[in-house]
Amino acid sequence: MCTTCGCPTVGEHSHDHDHGHDHSHDHTHTHDDHHHGDGHHHHHEHPTPSQAGQTRTISVETDILDRNNRLAATNRLLFASQGIFTLNLVSSPGSGKTTLLERTLRELGGKVRCAVIEGDQQTDNDAQRIAATGVQVKQINTGAGCHLDAHMILHAAADFDLASLDLLFIENVGNLVCPASFDLGENHKVAVLSVTEGEDKPLKYPHMFHAADVMILNKIDLLPHLTFEVDKCREMALRVNPNITIIEVSAQTGEGMDRWYAWLSQGMADARSKKA
Amino acid sequence: MHELTIMKNVVSICEQNAAGSRVTSVTLDVGELSGIVPGALEFCFDSCTKGTLLEGASLKIIIIEPQVRCNGCKALFGARAYHDSCPECGGFDIEILFGEELRVKELEVV
Repeated sequence: MCTTCGCPTVGEHSHDHDHGHDHSHDHTHTHDDHHHGDGHHHHHEHPTPSQAGQTRTISVETDILDRNNRLAATNRLLFASQGIFTLNLVSSPGSGKTTLLERTLRELGGKVRCAVIEGDQQTDNDAQRIAATGVQVKQINTGAGCHLDAHMILHAAADFDLASLDLLFIENVGNLVCPASFDLGENHKVAVLSVTEGEDKPLKYPHMFHAADVMILNKIDLLPHLTFEVDKCREMALRVNPNITIIEVSAQTGEGMDRWYAWLSQGMADARSKKA
Repeated sequence: MHELTIMKNVVSICEQNAAGSRVTSVTLDVGELSGIVPGALEFCFDSCTKGTLLEGASLKIIIIEPQVRCNGCKALFGARAYHDSCPECGGFDIEILFGEELRVKELEVV
Protein backbone atom coordinates (compact mmCIF):
# COMPACT_ATOMS: atom_id res chain seq x y z
CA MET A 1 0.00 0.00 0.00
CA CYS A 2 1.18 3.52 -0.77
CA THR A 3 2.00 5.22 2.51
CA THR A 4 1.41 8.70 1.06
CA CYS A 5 -2.11 8.42 -0.27
CA GLY A 6 -3.23 5.01 1.00
CA CYS A 7 -4.04 3.54 -2.42
CA PRO A 8 -3.44 -0.19 -2.72
CA THR A 9 -0.62 -0.26 -5.27
CA VAL A 10 2.10 2.03 -6.50
CA GLY A 11 3.10 2.33 -10.12
CA GLU A 12 1.22 1.13 -13.20
CA HIS A 13 -2.41 1.65 -12.41
CA SER A 14 -4.97 4.05 -13.70
CA HIS A 15 -8.20 3.00 -12.08
CA ASP A 16 -10.25 5.34 -9.96
CA HIS A 17 -9.64 4.98 -6.26
CA ASP A 18 -12.85 6.63 -5.20
CA HIS A 19 -14.67 3.33 -4.91
CA GLY A 20 -16.28 2.15 -1.72
CA HIS A 21 -15.44 -1.29 -0.43
CA ASP A 22 -16.98 -2.87 2.56
CA HIS A 23 -14.60 -5.43 3.93
CA SER A 24 -13.89 -6.78 7.35
CA HIS A 25 -10.74 -5.88 9.25
CA ASP A 26 -9.05 -7.67 12.09
CA HIS A 27 -7.84 -4.34 13.45
CA THR A 28 -9.69 -1.47 15.05
CA HIS A 29 -10.16 2.06 13.80
CA THR A 30 -10.50 5.27 15.71
CA HIS A 31 -13.25 7.69 14.75
CA ASP A 32 -10.64 9.70 12.80
CA ASP A 33 -10.42 6.87 10.32
CA HIS A 34 -13.63 8.08 8.79
CA HIS A 35 -11.84 11.15 7.54
CA HIS A 36 -8.66 9.80 6.05
CA GLY A 37 -8.13 10.95 2.52
CA ASP A 38 -7.68 7.79 0.51
CA GLY A 39 -11.26 7.50 -0.69
CA HIS A 40 -11.81 4.16 1.00
CA HIS A 41 -14.68 3.94 3.40
CA HIS A 42 -15.04 1.99 6.56
CA HIS A 43 -18.49 1.64 7.96
CA HIS A 44 -18.82 1.12 11.67
CA GLU A 45 -21.51 0.83 14.26
CA HIS A 46 -21.75 4.00 16.28
CA PRO A 47 -22.59 4.05 19.97
CA THR A 48 -25.56 6.37 19.46
CA PRO A 49 -27.21 5.54 16.14
CA SER A 50 -30.16 7.68 15.11
CA GLN A 51 -33.56 6.16 15.72
CA ALA A 52 -35.29 4.50 12.81
CA GLY A 53 -36.91 7.03 10.46
CA GLN A 54 -35.46 10.05 12.25
CA THR A 55 -33.63 12.42 9.94
CA ARG A 56 -30.64 14.38 11.15
CA THR A 57 -28.48 16.96 9.42
CA ILE A 58 -24.72 16.67 9.28
CA SER A 59 -22.79 19.85 8.52
CA VAL A 60 -19.93 18.89 6.20
CA GLU A 61 -18.46 22.10 4.67
CA THR A 62 -15.80 20.15 2.78
CA ASP A 63 -14.28 21.27 -0.51
CA ILE A 64 -15.23 18.74 -3.16
CA LEU A 65 -11.67 18.77 -4.49
CA ASP A 66 -10.24 18.44 -0.98
CA ARG A 67 -8.55 15.10 -1.62
CA ASN A 68 -6.98 16.27 -4.88
CA ASN A 69 -5.87 19.52 -3.26
CA ARG A 70 -4.22 17.71 -0.37
CA LEU A 71 -2.34 15.39 -2.72
CA ALA A 72 -1.35 18.43 -4.82
CA ALA A 73 0.03 20.07 -1.66
CA THR A 74 2.03 16.88 -1.02
CA ASN A 75 3.42 17.02 -4.58
CA ARG A 76 4.25 20.72 -4.23
CA LEU A 77 6.18 20.11 -1.00
CA LEU A 78 8.00 17.16 -2.56
CA PHE A 79 9.06 19.15 -5.64
CA ALA A 80 10.01 22.20 -3.55
CA SER A 81 12.12 20.07 -1.21
CA GLN A 82 14.18 19.01 -4.23
CA GLY A 83 14.33 22.51 -5.72
CA ILE A 84 12.44 21.37 -8.84
CA PHE A 85 10.61 23.95 -11.00
CA THR A 86 7.38 22.24 -12.10
CA LEU A 87 5.12 23.41 -14.91
CA ASN A 88 1.68 22.16 -15.95
CA LEU A 89 1.23 22.76 -19.70
CA VAL A 90 -2.41 23.13 -20.66
CA SER A 91 -4.07 23.89 -23.98
CA SER A 92 -6.60 22.72 -26.51
CA PRO A 93 -5.50 19.74 -28.64
CA GLY A 94 -3.11 20.69 -31.43
CA SER A 95 -1.75 23.97 -29.99
CA GLY A 96 1.79 22.64 -30.23
CA LYS A 97 2.58 21.71 -26.61
CA THR A 98 4.63 18.68 -27.61
CA THR A 99 6.53 20.58 -30.32
CA LEU A 100 7.26 23.35 -27.81
CA LEU A 101 8.56 20.74 -25.37
CA GLU A 102 10.66 18.96 -28.00
CA ARG A 103 12.47 22.15 -28.99
CA THR A 104 12.84 23.27 -25.36
CA LEU A 105 14.30 19.93 -24.30
CA ARG A 106 16.68 19.78 -27.29
CA GLU A 107 17.89 23.33 -26.75
CA LEU A 108 18.18 23.13 -22.95
CA GLY A 109 19.46 19.54 -22.97
CA GLY A 110 22.82 19.20 -21.32
CA LYS A 111 22.43 22.46 -19.39
CA VAL A 112 19.25 21.59 -17.48
CA ARG A 113 18.18 18.27 -15.99
CA CYS A 114 14.59 17.72 -17.20
CA ALA A 115 11.84 15.13 -17.02
CA VAL A 116 8.38 15.04 -18.58
CA ILE A 117 5.07 13.54 -17.50
CA GLU A 118 2.85 13.08 -20.55
CA GLY A 119 -0.93 12.98 -20.19
CA ASP A 120 -3.15 11.75 -22.99
CA GLN A 121 -6.41 9.87 -23.19
CA GLN A 122 -4.91 7.21 -25.48
CA THR A 123 -1.56 6.34 -27.16
CA ASP A 124 2.00 7.11 -26.14
CA ASN A 125 2.75 9.00 -29.37
CA ASP A 126 3.81 12.16 -27.56
CA ALA A 127 5.88 10.24 -25.00
CA GLN A 128 7.79 8.63 -27.88
CA ARG A 129 8.51 12.07 -29.34
CA ILE A 130 9.80 13.28 -25.96
CA ALA A 131 11.87 10.11 -25.44
CA ALA A 132 13.54 10.76 -28.82
CA THR A 133 15.04 13.96 -27.36
CA GLY A 134 16.85 11.83 -24.78
CA VAL A 135 14.83 13.19 -21.86
CA GLN A 136 13.18 10.77 -19.45
CA VAL A 137 9.41 10.63 -19.82
CA LYS A 138 6.51 8.92 -18.07
CA GLN A 139 3.23 8.40 -19.91
CA ILE A 140 -0.16 8.58 -18.18
CA ASN A 141 -3.16 7.42 -20.20
CA THR A 142 -6.37 8.70 -18.67
CA GLY A 143 -8.65 6.50 -20.81
CA ALA A 144 -11.88 8.47 -20.98
CA GLY A 145 -10.61 10.99 -18.40
CA CYS A 146 -10.43 14.61 -19.52
CA HIS A 147 -7.68 15.83 -17.16
CA LEU A 148 -4.75 14.76 -15.02
CA ASP A 149 -5.15 14.82 -11.25
CA ALA A 150 -2.69 15.15 -8.37
CA HIS A 151 -2.86 11.46 -7.54
CA MET A 152 -1.67 10.49 -11.02
CA ILE A 153 1.24 12.94 -10.74
CA LEU A 154 2.20 11.66 -7.29
CA HIS A 155 2.75 8.16 -8.66
CA ALA A 156 4.22 9.17 -12.03
CA ALA A 157 6.81 11.33 -10.25
CA ALA A 158 7.84 8.34 -8.14
CA ASP A 159 9.40 6.87 -11.30
CA PHE A 160 11.98 9.67 -11.46
CA ASP A 161 15.05 10.29 -9.35
CA LEU A 162 13.76 13.68 -8.17
CA ALA A 163 17.05 14.62 -6.52
CA SER A 164 18.61 14.73 -9.99
CA LEU A 165 16.02 17.08 -11.58
CA ASP A 166 15.87 20.85 -12.13
CA LEU A 167 12.78 21.09 -14.30
CA LEU A 168 9.66 18.92 -14.51
CA PHE A 169 7.14 19.44 -17.31
CA ILE A 170 3.65 17.99 -17.07
CA GLU A 171 1.88 17.96 -20.43
CA ASN A 172 -1.80 17.82 -19.56
CA VAL A 173 -4.57 16.28 -21.66
CA GLY A 174 -5.49 18.63 -24.53
CA ASN A 175 -8.56 20.35 -23.07
CA LEU A 176 -9.12 24.00 -22.15
CA VAL A 177 -11.87 23.25 -19.63
CA CYS A 178 -11.38 20.48 -17.06
CA PRO A 179 -7.62 20.73 -16.29
CA ALA A 180 -8.25 24.26 -14.95
CA SER A 181 -9.96 22.81 -11.87
CA PHE A 182 -7.25 20.34 -10.84
CA ASP A 183 -4.17 21.49 -8.97
CA LEU A 184 -1.32 19.04 -9.63
CA GLY A 185 1.20 20.65 -7.28
CA GLU A 186 2.86 22.62 -10.09
CA ASN A 187 4.55 26.02 -9.69
CA HIS A 188 2.61 27.43 -12.62
CA LYS A 189 0.02 26.50 -15.19
CA VAL A 190 1.29 27.50 -18.63
CA ALA A 191 -1.49 27.90 -21.20
CA VAL A 192 -0.38 27.35 -24.78
CA LEU A 193 -2.54 29.06 -27.39
CA SER A 194 -1.78 28.84 -31.11
CA VAL A 195 -2.61 31.63 -33.50
CA THR A 196 -4.69 29.26 -35.66
CA GLU A 197 -7.28 28.97 -32.87
CA GLY A 198 -8.75 32.48 -32.86
CA GLU A 199 -7.86 35.42 -30.65
CA ASP A 200 -10.91 35.16 -28.39
CA LYS A 201 -9.94 31.84 -26.73
CA PRO A 202 -9.14 33.56 -23.39
CA LEU A 203 -12.68 34.94 -23.19
CA LYS A 204 -14.23 31.67 -24.35
CA TYR A 205 -12.29 29.59 -21.80
CA PRO A 206 -11.77 32.11 -18.99
CA HIS A 207 -11.20 29.61 -16.19
CA MET A 208 -8.09 28.26 -17.84
CA PHE A 209 -6.56 31.64 -18.68
CA HIS A 210 -7.45 32.90 -15.20
CA ALA A 211 -5.74 29.89 -13.61
CA ALA A 212 -2.60 30.17 -15.77
CA ASP A 213 0.31 32.48 -14.98
CA VAL A 214 1.78 32.34 -18.47
CA MET A 215 0.25 32.29 -21.93
CA ILE A 216 2.51 31.03 -24.70
CA LEU A 217 1.21 32.36 -28.01
CA ASN A 218 2.55 29.71 -30.38
CA LYS A 219 2.86 29.33 -34.17
CA ILE A 220 3.53 33.04 -34.77
CA ASP A 221 5.36 32.03 -37.97
CA LEU A 222 1.88 31.48 -39.44
CA LEU A 223 0.63 35.03 -38.73
CA PRO A 224 1.25 36.29 -42.31
CA HIS A 225 -1.27 33.72 -43.56
CA LEU A 226 -3.98 34.42 -40.97
CA THR A 227 -6.31 37.20 -39.84
CA PHE A 228 -5.36 36.60 -36.18
CA GLU A 229 -4.89 39.90 -34.32
CA VAL A 230 -2.18 39.49 -31.70
CA ASP A 231 -2.95 42.76 -29.90
CA LYS A 232 -6.61 41.82 -29.56
CA CYS A 233 -5.67 38.41 -28.17
CA ARG A 234 -3.26 39.96 -25.65
CA GLU A 235 -5.97 42.40 -24.54
CA MET A 236 -8.50 39.59 -24.03
CA ALA A 237 -6.02 37.49 -22.05
CA LEU A 238 -5.17 40.47 -19.83
CA ARG A 239 -8.87 41.15 -19.24
CA VAL A 240 -9.34 37.65 -17.82
CA ASN A 241 -6.01 37.72 -16.00
CA PRO A 242 -4.25 41.11 -15.67
CA ASN A 243 -1.13 39.43 -14.26
CA ILE A 244 -0.62 36.86 -17.02
CA THR A 245 2.81 36.83 -18.72
CA ILE A 246 2.47 36.54 -22.50
CA ILE A 247 5.30 35.06 -24.55
CA GLU A 248 5.02 34.94 -28.35
CA VAL A 249 6.92 32.07 -29.95
CA SER A 250 7.15 29.74 -32.88
CA ALA A 251 8.23 26.37 -31.56
CA GLN A 252 8.64 25.38 -35.21
CA THR A 253 11.15 28.07 -36.23
CA GLY A 254 12.51 28.94 -32.78
CA GLU A 255 11.43 32.59 -32.97
CA GLY A 256 10.80 34.09 -29.53
CA MET A 257 12.02 31.00 -27.66
CA ASP A 258 14.77 33.01 -25.93
CA ARG A 259 12.20 34.83 -23.84
CA TRP A 260 10.63 31.50 -22.83
CA TYR A 261 14.05 30.18 -21.80
CA ALA A 262 14.75 33.35 -19.82
CA TRP A 263 11.46 32.90 -17.97
CA LEU A 264 12.28 29.22 -17.29
CA SER A 265 15.75 30.14 -16.10
CA GLN A 266 14.37 32.67 -13.61
CA GLY A 267 11.83 30.14 -12.33
CA MET A 268 14.46 27.45 -11.89
CA ALA A 269 16.72 29.86 -10.01
CA ASP A 270 13.84 30.77 -7.68
CA ALA A 271 12.98 27.08 -7.10
CA ARG A 272 16.62 26.26 -6.36
CA SER A 273 16.99 29.16 -3.94
CA LYS A 274 13.88 28.07 -2.02
CA LYS A 275 15.02 24.46 -1.75
CA ALA A 276 14.30 23.37 1.80
CA MET B 1 -17.01 16.44 -18.35
CA HIS B 2 -15.07 16.74 -15.09
CA GLU B 3 -18.45 16.93 -13.33
CA LEU B 4 -18.31 13.11 -13.25
CA THR B 5 -15.07 13.23 -11.24
CA ILE B 6 -16.56 15.96 -9.07
CA MET B 7 -19.69 13.89 -8.36
CA LYS B 8 -17.61 10.82 -7.48
CA ASN B 9 -15.77 12.99 -4.96
CA VAL B 10 -19.10 14.22 -3.57
CA VAL B 11 -20.23 10.62 -3.03
CA SER B 12 -16.92 9.75 -1.35
CA ILE B 13 -17.09 12.77 1.01
CA CYS B 14 -20.75 12.03 1.85
CA GLU B 15 -20.10 8.37 2.58
CA GLN B 16 -17.24 9.23 4.91
CA ASN B 17 -19.40 11.73 6.79
CA ALA B 18 -22.52 9.56 6.84
CA ALA B 19 -20.52 6.79 8.52
CA GLY B 20 -22.90 4.03 7.54
CA SER B 21 -26.20 5.94 7.75
CA ARG B 22 -28.40 6.22 4.68
CA VAL B 23 -28.20 9.66 3.07
CA THR B 24 -31.54 11.20 2.08
CA SER B 25 -30.36 14.61 0.90
CA VAL B 26 -27.11 16.29 -0.14
CA THR B 27 -26.61 20.06 -0.34
CA LEU B 28 -23.76 21.53 -2.38
CA ASP B 29 -22.44 25.09 -2.62
CA VAL B 30 -21.44 25.82 -6.21
CA GLY B 31 -19.97 29.19 -7.15
CA GLU B 32 -20.78 30.61 -10.57
CA LEU B 33 -17.03 30.91 -11.23
CA SER B 34 -16.20 27.36 -10.10
CA GLY B 35 -16.06 26.05 -13.66
CA ILE B 36 -18.78 23.54 -12.90
CA VAL B 37 -22.10 23.16 -14.72
CA PRO B 38 -24.83 22.43 -12.12
CA GLY B 39 -26.97 20.66 -14.72
CA ALA B 40 -24.12 18.27 -15.49
CA LEU B 41 -23.80 17.49 -11.77
CA GLU B 42 -27.51 16.71 -11.61
CA PHE B 43 -27.22 14.61 -14.75
CA CYS B 44 -24.64 12.22 -13.27
CA PHE B 45 -25.96 12.18 -9.67
CA ASP B 46 -28.15 9.08 -10.06
CA SER B 47 -25.51 6.97 -11.78
CA CYS B 48 -22.78 7.98 -9.31
CA THR B 49 -24.93 7.28 -6.24
CA LYS B 50 -26.25 3.91 -7.40
CA GLY B 51 -25.28 1.17 -4.95
CA THR B 52 -23.96 3.69 -2.38
CA LEU B 53 -25.34 5.13 0.87
CA LEU B 54 -26.68 7.98 -1.28
CA GLU B 55 -28.86 5.89 -3.57
CA GLY B 56 -32.28 7.55 -3.85
CA ALA B 57 -31.11 10.77 -2.13
CA SER B 58 -32.08 14.19 -3.41
CA LEU B 59 -29.51 16.73 -4.59
CA LYS B 60 -29.76 20.42 -3.71
CA ILE B 61 -27.40 22.90 -5.34
CA ILE B 62 -26.99 26.38 -3.88
CA ILE B 63 -25.60 28.71 -6.55
CA ILE B 64 -23.26 31.34 -5.11
CA GLU B 65 -23.07 34.58 -7.08
CA PRO B 66 -19.61 36.08 -7.42
CA GLN B 67 -18.56 38.99 -5.24
CA VAL B 68 -15.30 40.66 -6.23
CA ARG B 69 -13.03 43.54 -5.23
CA CYS B 70 -11.29 45.83 -7.68
CA ASN B 71 -7.55 45.84 -6.98
CA GLY B 72 -7.33 49.27 -8.58
CA CYS B 73 -9.91 51.36 -6.68
CA LYS B 74 -10.94 48.77 -4.03
CA ALA B 75 -14.63 48.94 -5.04
CA LEU B 76 -16.74 45.89 -4.15
CA PHE B 77 -19.17 44.61 -6.76
CA GLY B 78 -20.97 41.58 -8.12
CA ALA B 79 -19.51 40.01 -11.26
CA ARG B 80 -20.64 37.29 -13.62
CA ALA B 81 -17.31 36.51 -15.30
CA TYR B 82 -13.54 36.86 -14.85
CA HIS B 83 -13.45 39.55 -17.53
CA ASP B 84 -16.11 41.80 -15.97
CA SER B 85 -14.70 45.27 -15.44
CA CYS B 86 -15.04 47.43 -12.35
CA PRO B 87 -18.15 49.66 -12.58
CA GLU B 88 -16.28 52.42 -10.72
CA CYS B 89 -12.93 52.67 -12.51
CA GLY B 90 -13.28 50.31 -15.49
CA GLY B 91 -10.27 48.21 -14.42
CA PHE B 92 -10.05 44.45 -15.02
CA ASP B 93 -7.75 43.59 -12.11
CA ILE B 94 -10.24 42.01 -9.75
CA GLU B 95 -9.94 39.73 -6.76
CA ILE B 96 -12.59 37.06 -6.33
CA LEU B 97 -14.02 37.09 -2.79
CA PHE B 98 -16.90 34.65 -3.36
CA GLY B 99 -18.07 32.67 -6.36
CA GLU B 100 -15.43 29.94 -6.79
CA GLU B 101 -16.89 27.64 -4.10
CA LEU B 102 -17.25 23.96 -4.74
CA ARG B 103 -18.13 22.17 -1.55
CA VAL B 104 -20.40 19.70 0.16
CA LYS B 105 -22.36 21.87 2.57
CA GLU B 106 -24.48 19.38 4.47
CA LEU B 107 -26.18 16.00 4.44
CA GLU B 108 -29.40 14.68 5.77
CA VAL B 109 -29.13 11.10 6.99
CA VAL B 110 -31.63 8.70 8.43
